[in-house]
Amino acid sequence: MSNGKNNQTTPTQKEYQALAKKREPSRPVVSNCIKAFLVGGLISIIGQAIQDMFVNWGGFDRKEASNPTVAVLILISVILTSLGVYDKIAQWAGAGSAVPVTGFANTMASAAIEHRSEGLVLGVGGKMFKLSGPVIVFGTVAAFVVGIVHWIFDPGSTGGS
Amino acid sequence: MLTGHQSWQFDKRPRLLGTATVVGPFEGQGPLAKDFDRIHDDLRIGQDSWEKAEKTLLEEAAKLAVQNAGLTNEKINFFVGGDLMNQIISTSFAARTLAIPHIGVFGACSTSMESLAVAANLVNSRSADYTLASACSHNATAEKQFRYPTEYGSQKPPTAQYTVTGAGASVVSLDGDGPCITTATIGRVIDMGIKDPFNMGAAMAPAAVDTIQAHFRDLNVEPGHYDLIVTGDLSKIGYELARDLFERHKVPIDQTVYKDCGMMIYDYETQQVQAGASGCGCSAVVTYGHLLNRLRKGEFNRMLVVATGALLSPLSYQQGESIPCIAHAVSIERGVTPE
Repeated sequence: MSNGKNNQTTPTQKEYQALAKKREPSRPVVSNCIKAFLVGGLISIIGQAIQDMFVNWGGFDRKEASNPTVAVLILISVILTSLGVYDKIAQWAGAGSAVPVTGFANTMASAAIEHRSEGLVLGVGGKMFKLSGPVIVFGTVAAFVVGIVHWIFDPGSTGGS
Repeated sequence: MLTGHQSWQFDKRPRLLGTATVVGPFEGQGPLAKDFDRIHDDLRIGQDSWEKAEKTLLEEAAKLAVQNAGLTNEKINFFVGGDLMNQIISTSFAARTLAIPHIGVFGACSTSMESLAVAANLVNSRSADYTLASACSHNATAEKQFRYPTEYGSQKPPTAQYTVTGAGASVVSLDGDGPCITTATIGRVIDMGIKDPFNMGAAMAPAAVDTIQAHFRDLNVEPGHYDLIVTGDLSKIGYELARDLFERHKVPIDQTVYKDCGMMIYDYETQQVQAGASGCGCSAVVTYGHLLNRLRKGEFNRMLVVATGALLSPLSYQQGESIPCIAHAVSIERGVTPE
């Protein structure tokens, strides 16, 4: 099982890979982008509407309203995931349904549902973060780096508000 | 009997005494629905996990095949089968229920013909009176093990293939007057360095072509010897590539009809399957259902089924390994007495 640098691709392999590349249908990038823009935008509009509802009828101020808004979006995403609809939307929408908070909720809910058969602890508990774990890890790392950069350029502003 | 370098010729002409196919709801909506013995309308087959569902499919197919052969489980000497799950659990767990002495085999999606070749060889060499060969796969178990949770929303590229939910089984013996298994060619593992697990057709096409060429060489026949040659689950992209390779290697494939099981089981217009179908169950249910029905009806007399398998694991591709592939060929003829 040694791959990497010492394992050279033979000319026949190269030739075949070129042929395979030629036969590979290209991904419809432009239409994928348009669909992602539309669906992502639609989810954001729905989010905005929910937030406005909390502000107008719930007695929240704009800042306070963002937490219950996210909770409602997560709830909708989890319900759509358990009804088996979210993956169908995602095949059409691509990044449009993956990028917003609903996509994150879907990664956790789908993994939890899938591994329920392996029990609550090792199945649901252990596998729930299978897909969302990397997002949390690298999100935290990125936040740390951004924090350091921020501190270097504006040391007076750190320490919380 | 060994013929050439890697082929067997079955001089006693073992026969397919009984066959059976059991599939899931999505396959039941496809164009081959009328060729399946049983279609489930519940993807879970009434079980509480996907893995149990796959095992149940196989148990049903095995029982039906034995029934169709007019036998009982006690009569079967060996049960040869495999599937895609880690440690081939679907097959071993079904073997526990069936209580037939069991030989587990793994060739990824080439398992359908690998198991049939071994089963036929056992019968032909008189090492067994009756053998049962099988292969099965389930869309959700394959997604869970190889890709993402079934409900996870990810966009599949146009090269991706849809794993068939289905099980096919056959009883092989020297009795009866069913279709005969005449030859088999065991394939080499071929790796052309394709690494994309969402483009397995491209990875497997060279293995299929290699086995088919070896078959012609060993048995000294040309493509025209067969009325039909089918590959297991290359689907659109792999099929085109296989045709390209036949042309490059100057194999006159146009002497016969060349098709792919992965392009037959679903309707591209109404079913969203990207490049087509894949999975152990694909070639198993298409061969044991649709193709054998047509052979029995006399629509053609001689066919070569070349099941193709991508021997990757979720670990191997995450570690950046390319996808090694294999193909096994079995020729089946109408049950007429030899001249």
